[in-house]
Amino acid sequence: MSDALADRPEPDAFTRPYWEAAAQGRLLLRRCGACGRAHHYPREFCPYCWSEDVEWEQASGDAVLYTWSVVHVNDLPPFRDRLPYVAAVVDLAEGPRMMTAVVGCDPATLNVGMALHVSLPTGDAADATDPAPIAAPVFTASRR
Amino acid sequence: MSLHRADTLGGRAAIAGIGATEFSKDSGRSELKLAVEAVHAALDDAGLRPQDVDGLVTFTMDTSPEITVAQAAGIGELSFFSRVHYGGGAACATVQQAALAVATGIAEVVVCYRAFNERSQHRFGVGLTSRQASSEGAAMGWTMPYGLVTPASWVALHAQRYLHSYGLSPDVLAPVAVADRFHAATNPAAYFYRRPITLADHAASRWIVEPLRLLDCCQETDGGQALVVTTSERARDLRHTPALITAAAQGAGRNQEAMTSFYRDGLTGLPEMGVVARQLWRTSGLTPADIDTAVLYDHFTPFVLMQLEEFGFCGPGEGAAFAAGGRLQLDWSGGDGLPVNTHGGQLGEAYLHGMNGIAEAVRQLRGSAVNQVPAAQHVLVTAGTGVPTSGLVLSRGR
Repeated sequence: MSDALADRPEPDAFTRPYWEAAAQGRLLLRRCGACGRAHHYPREFCPYCWSEDVEWEQASGDAVLYTWSVVHVNDLPPFRDRLPYVAAVVDLAEGPRMMTAVVGCDPATLNVGMALHVSLPTGDAADATDPAPIAAPVFTASRR
Repeated sequence: MSLHRADTLGGRAAIAGIGATEFSKDSGRSELKLAVEAVHAALDDAGLRPQDVDGLVTFTMDTSPEITVAQAAGIGELSFFSRVHYGGGAACATVQQAALAVATGIAEVVVCYRAFNERSQHRFGVGLTSRQASSEGAAMGWTMPYGLVTPASWVALHAQRYLHSYGLSPDVLAPVAVADRFHAATNPAAYFYRRPITLADHAASRWIVEPLRLLDCCQETDGGQALVVTTSERARDLRHTPALITAAAQGAGRNQEAMTSFYRDGLTGLPEMGVVARQLWRTSGLTPADIDTAVLYDHFTPFVLMQLEEFGFCGPGEGAAFAAGGRLQLDWSGGDGLPVNTHGGQLGEAYLHGMNGIAEAVRQLRGSAVNQVPAAQHVLVTAGTGVPTSGLVLSRGR
């Protein structure tokens, strides 16, 4: 078991391309070469036709909010220092659903179906929308 | 057990004994000691001795293995031992496993148990701090970085979508919270003994994870609960009126995950409980109208509403209207009521991973519950929601 903070992804051989891309500002999903459907979270087998012919693909980063919760209680570091925060499930423009967080929004303004765009760490603190950037891709209200 | 036809287990086994420790926030003793005390209490209740036991069943999450409990409890040789996975979803399945064993002659007396110091030692509610080295742990790696580490946060995402889909507010959860504490208030074993709450108390309680308030969340409890299962024939010769296992079912849904099944088309139901419901009704030949009282797994209030819908007590999206106005309470006088969680449930009595609810069903069928439903003949009991799960229909034996 890792002593790493719980908000840090733990890449393995299969997921490393995903996390490395995220660190470089690109959100990846998986697309099946057999049935053509995209999925997330990344799996080694297509969850629709069970083909192993599945490749990484860059996502547009556009999504809509499917559901969310405002977390008011979490005693664990580092989340306890971010309360309240918004955990969310979004539907990516390419179809797949994704677990994530919504940052930079007043929770009172959230509504199901609102347009979101991915916010990825750029390595430049000045560019970060999230005041406490995490390595995992999060979403903000779409500016368009 | 089949997805498509009635099974032949119904009526062949019964729960003949129930026993528990006190339910507390700090037991002051080991989880093994709690398990052994509960096992002994259940055997005493049945009028059986440890040496009569030849089978033990528990949860994969339990820290006291079957062989350790057998050693510590004075149980000798075992011909059947089994564990069921998926947290609280295992509760009714432990009884199903035991029933299968006694019905087929693999064992004669099987004790199901669950014991933990879930408040003073390892609090589930605090959340995950590390991932298991398993495919389950790998899946959890996609939610943990977002602070989705507690059961409340997982359930809240389902609840928000449910409320949105049916145009409801979080206030609709209150009647479930109130009904459980109403029943707990007259149950001396309950944490909420002598402490009924009102709808206003619910509305005033603090947010844990919106849309869940403190009073929507279950207890964290130290304690142990055990159940003795044997054949219906043998149960008839024992001390108490048997609780016949009329139907027992497990269920997992499509795209099932443990608490994080967010990749399904809709999040407004509990498809795994739908699998259980279909099997229980088909095998028992009963309908919702035949159920005198139900023990519906209640770690969080929203999933009680969804269970009312999955079992057909009302239609999809109608759980809130069904539960409103006190219909889940024993004092309901409006007709077509359904007393739910008459012991106070896991919100009001104790969180024993669903096992204390099975004991309450047995008391109702014996006629010995503190909040007794008159002449209860059939009780529905369910196990953990949001995970692969299980359920029972128990009936009063002769």
